[in-house]
Amino acid sequence: MSDAAHTLERPAGAVPPAIELRGISKAFGPVQANKDIHIRVEKGTIHGIIGENGAGKSTLMSILYGFYKADSGEILINGQPTEIPDSQAAIRAGIGMVFQHFKLVQNFTVLENVILGAEAGWLLKPSVSRARGLLKQLATDFGLNVDPDALIEKLSVGHQQRVEILKALYREADILILDEPTGVLTPAEADHLFRILRGLKEQGKTIVLITHKLREIMEVTDNVSVMRRGEMVDTVRTSETSPPHLAELMVGRKVLLRVEKHPAKPGPVVLDVKGLRVVDDMGVERLRGIDLQVRAGEILGIAGVAGNGQSELLEALAGLTPGEGAATLSGQPLDVTGKSSDGYTRRMSGVSHVPEDRQRRGLIMNFHAWENVALGYHHDPAYNRGAFWMDNPAILRMTEDYMKAFDVRPPNPALTAESFSGGNQQKLVLAREIERGPELLLVGQPTRGVDIGAIEFIHQRLIELRDAGKAVLLVSVELDEILSLSDRIAVMFDGRIMGERLPEQTDEAELGLLMAGVTEKGAA
Amino acid sequence: MDLIAIVQILDSTLRLATPLLFAALAGLISERAGVFDIGLEGKMLAAAFFSAAFAFTTGNVWLGLCAGIIASMFLSLIHGVASITFRGNQLISGVAINFLAAGLTVVIAQNWFRQGGRTPTLTGDARFPRLNLPFADALRDVPVLGPVYSVILSGHSILVYVGLLCVPLTWYVLFRTRFGLRLRAVGENPAAVDTAGISVIGLRYGAVMIAGVLCGLAGAYLATGLAAGFVKDMTAGRGFIALAAMIFAKWRPWHALGAVLLFGLLEAIANRYQNIDLGFIVLPAQFMQALPYVLTVVILAGFVGRAIPPRAGGEPYVKER
Amino acid sequence: MSNRRIPNWADVVLVPLFSVVLAFIISAIVIWAIGEDPWEATKMMVQGAFGSSYGWGYTLYYATNFIFTGLAVAVAFQARLFNIGGEGQATLGGLGVALVCLHLPWPHWSLALVAASFGAALFGAAWAAIPGYLQVRRGSHIVITTIMFNFIAAALLNWLLVSVMRPSGSMDPASARFPPEVRLPRLHEILDVFGIPFSRATPANISLLVAILACVLVWYMLWRTRLGYQIRAFGQSEPAAQYAGISPFRITMYVMLISGALAGMMAINNVMGEANRLLLNAVEGAGFIGIAVALMGRNHPFGVFLAAVLFGFLYQGGAELALWTNIPRELIVVIQALVILFTGALDNLVRIPIAALFARRRRS
Repeated sequence: MSDAAHTLERPAGAVPPAIELRGISKAFGPVQANKDIHIRVEKGTIHGIIGENGAGKSTLMSILYGFYKADSGEILINGQPTEIPDSQAAIRAGIGMVFQHFKLVQNFTVLENVILGAEAGWLLKPSVSRARGLLKQLATDFGLNVDPDALIEKLSVGHQQRVEILKALYREADILILDEPTGVLTPAEADHLFRILRGLKEQGKTIVLITHKLREIMEVTDNVSVMRRGEMVDTVRTSETSPPHLAELMVGRKVLLRVEKHPAKPGPVVLDVKGLRVVDDMGVERLRGIDLQVRAGEILGIAGVAGNGQSELLEALAGLTPGEGAATLSGQPLDVTGKSSDGYTRRMSGVSHVPEDRQRRGLIMNFHAWENVALGYHHDPAYNRGAFWMDNPAILRMTEDYMKAFDVRPPNPALTAESFSGGNQQKLVLAREIERGPELLLVGQPTRGVDIGAIEFIHQRLIELRDAGKAVLLVSVELDEILSLSDRIAVMFDGRIMGERLPEQTDEAELGLLMAGVTEKGAA
Repeated sequence: MDLIAIVQILDSTLRLATPLLFAALAGLISERAGVFDIGLEGKMLAAAFFSAAFAFTTGNVWLGLCAGIIASMFLSLIHGVASITFRGNQLISGVAINFLAAGLTVVIAQNWFRQGGRTPTLTGDARFPRLNLPFADALRDVPVLGPVYSVILSGHSILVYVGLLCVPLTWYVLFRTRFGLRLRAVGENPAAVDTAGISVIGLRYGAVMIAGVLCGLAGAYLATGLAAGFVKDMTAGRGFIALAAMIFAKWRPWHALGAVLLFGLLEAIANRYQNIDLGFIVLPAQFMQALPYVLTVVILAGFVGRAIPPRAGGEPYVKER
Repeated sequence: MSNRRIPNWADVVLVPLFSVVLAFIISAIVIWAIGEDPWEATKMMVQGAFGSSYGWGYTLYYATNFIFTGLAVAVAFQARLFNIGGEGQATLGGLGVALVCLHLPWPHWSLALVAASFGAALFGAAWAAIPGYLQVRRGSHIVITTIMFNFIAAALLNWLLVSVMRPSGSMDPASARFPPEVRLPRLHEILDVFGIPFSRATPANISLLVAILACVLVWYMLWRTRLGYQIRAFGQSEPAAQYAGISPFRITMYVMLISGALAGMMAINNVMGEANRLLLNAVEGAGFIGIAVALMGRNHPFGVFLAAVLFGFLYQGGAELALWTNIPRELIVVIQALVILFTGALDNLVRIPIAALFARRRRS
């Protein structure tokens, strides 16, 4: 494809673009993360880069920030060819980066974090007082208010992000790259961030916003580039495009937004939770009294911005995080305090759990597939002979059955979990948790990092489980997934359930308001 | 116990605390930068041997000191290569260094001096002389203050005073300078340092090499100040007591001074008395020897205030994708 | 990333092999630097350790110690716990053996062996359980606590031998001799039954067979039982283990108990089999050699067995070397340090080039 296909047409003799990448390629072993990337980011604009997880956005930005060296290609900053071998060079070139996971020292103050690496001299005192003055200036200019002497660990996530932006501005960055900045923010905090970004744009800064959320692109960017599987697919003006068009560019074909399913036939209540609370290690209340019911034969979808208590809800119900409150499973009391239950006893009482993070929790990456099939079921009499010994051949046979039933490829039980693709790893977890016929299935982010083909398969399996009269509690940050799978939707915000809706009687706009903590009665 | 005994015990406390102080500060700086260092013992031992050997051969204790520091820094370099460059296990690397020093010192000592793994006794300029502080003699007869100044504080080798100076120096560098800020940051969150455009590897090597210098001073003092020559395994667990002192002090320089003085006092008492009769119970000397370790376990277990090590300690830094 | 691209057999055989070869090359340079001939030294060591049944006897005696301490470290490593306290646990194991042998009447050595093994395991396990408990319940780092416990054990034994267990009239800081009934059969007595002549002057004894049995049992436990499955799962991924309902507390305690018991059981070899009384510093660093043995043996019982025999050879060969040349016994400590360094801390030094080699071969 020609250069022009990827970039906007521009009049000759205009200001050179703030960033221009020409033919950037980068491979990690056999994986081609970036393939011949061309992009131009105009000065003084907000430029969105959108793509699915694993499309290569973060790799590209890491190259721009000197974390990785491109295998080939050229970087131009303000029209000048620039070598960026390390972060120091990126900072010199005027690039600042706000990472998805903040790079802050938790027990340092805001000031100490801001000056780290950009100190005025070998003594701290002058640097600190200089930074204090500049911070005051930046706070009034851009609405970036933070207490300069607060310890980072005492700040909210939104404020920590402001510290990251302040760090970049303190280093006199003209180009600001933000990697998935809203993933951890509440909608209100996100709106505040966007106001800050617009203010920065007006001051002539260039902003690159990496995200996989269409709404943000439409709301705040001037231009948008779409990446798919390591390639730059297109760059368009935001005003000249639409969410469906961008979505199509992202996944490469029309997205199937609705899953084929029959109406649910809800039966008796399986899970009944009353007043569930969870307080984390730092003493923060993550769940502030959750009441919910899941019936047999229905899927209850939990929508919400990541970090509003959904993970804690799943983990508490799965017996992995201690909580307080009352719960019953088919009328029998269910311990949520973690005192008399753990992951194993919960499974035996008929609750299966497909965890949000399968590589950390759901699988042991160095174990064989068959060893993973016994994970959590290792006490099962079918997998054991006598009081001590495991029946490895029996586990092996079961694994072969699972692999056949769930079309896991390659169907080799002796491979280690890490040698399967994301989708096949998830199928293995799903097979283990579904095939035992649980009363209740807890599912977190079932299709995160899973390829399209496997997504459809996984969705169908969840519907089948529902149709078999089982209760399913689904947590996902993908609103599309919630809307298409759920029979009822509960929206979580700040550790509470803001409301319940039926999917056919609601839309993304209404859910979005609830996710932002706004109820009919007014702002929360 | 009379006054003279108390003065003598305190005098020897200061001497016994000095090698612990150097080593504890070494561990403190290394661990503040996120590199665990259980190889303090080995580095001290290597420095003790090489300082004694060179002091004996050249007849100059200062050349001996240099040799000791270089030997200790060489082991630090190995620790750095293993745990920073090759991202190996820092604890295993420390264990290896302890054994490397324990073995090599004896092998080389035997080869050079053929005295069963020891150096000949050091005399004259091959040892650090006692340094009398000004007016020490004049003040000797003043009650209380006299013995405190002229016996306890005065009359030690110069390294004792260097050690005492290292405490405010370490504090100043850690908490008042750019280097200290970066060093503490790299032990808490190396990614923050890396994205700020500073080399994590450079900082950690820096910290590990400073630890090498300090361990070198500790070992040199042991062989040329406290004792008059090197004998096999002469550190006798002091590296681990220093480690204990560092934890006891929760990685803070002034507290480290307090901890090593306490542990030095315990050793001084154990050296002087076989058993200590407290009236209702008789404490054996072995109890005093074990006390630093017991205290450290108690502190680590959080029974008396919790000891939380630097957050990134022990983890090699790998860039996230 | 690089460690994933390397075949299993290379990981298990090639990497440790190259690491050990590197350690030996540097040891050879050390020998050469002190003016001796490395080749002659090697020949002398092999001759001294394997050239006679006397040499074999000592080699196997040392190897028995190292099998126990190596297994102790390896089992803990499987659960990603670094038990550096084998020295102290073996010391306490010796105390257990001495109490059993001195204070109970035994009609026959076999009964005494069973009881002494039990006593040694019990004392060693208890000494390891405290650091384990403090790690899970109080968050104190097990490496530091086990180091501290080594010193506390040494002081405790010192006090016991000087003030409590020393027979009146004796100047030695040592316990009384064990009664003759508890003397364990030596290797030559066992081999006599099969008509194989063997040196009568070596301390190798029936504990060797117990050690080999321990290897088999540990292997079986790790890869065939539910406990082993849980230990390995816990060691590979703590979050996944919690997800599966594997209790970190229970596994840490079980592992430390097993590990400490194995380290403690070394005492049936050195205290009961050889010295016949409890001496000061009877462990002689074998607890630390266990670290090298476990690292070299890749935490696998069979690997531990091979590594223990290799270290047994080094110890016996080194003793011979010290006897006939100017190379002191401490050379072995140097080799041991280098093995720990290259197989443990500098693992990537060997692994990265090997991984690169395999990657290149795959591409072509």
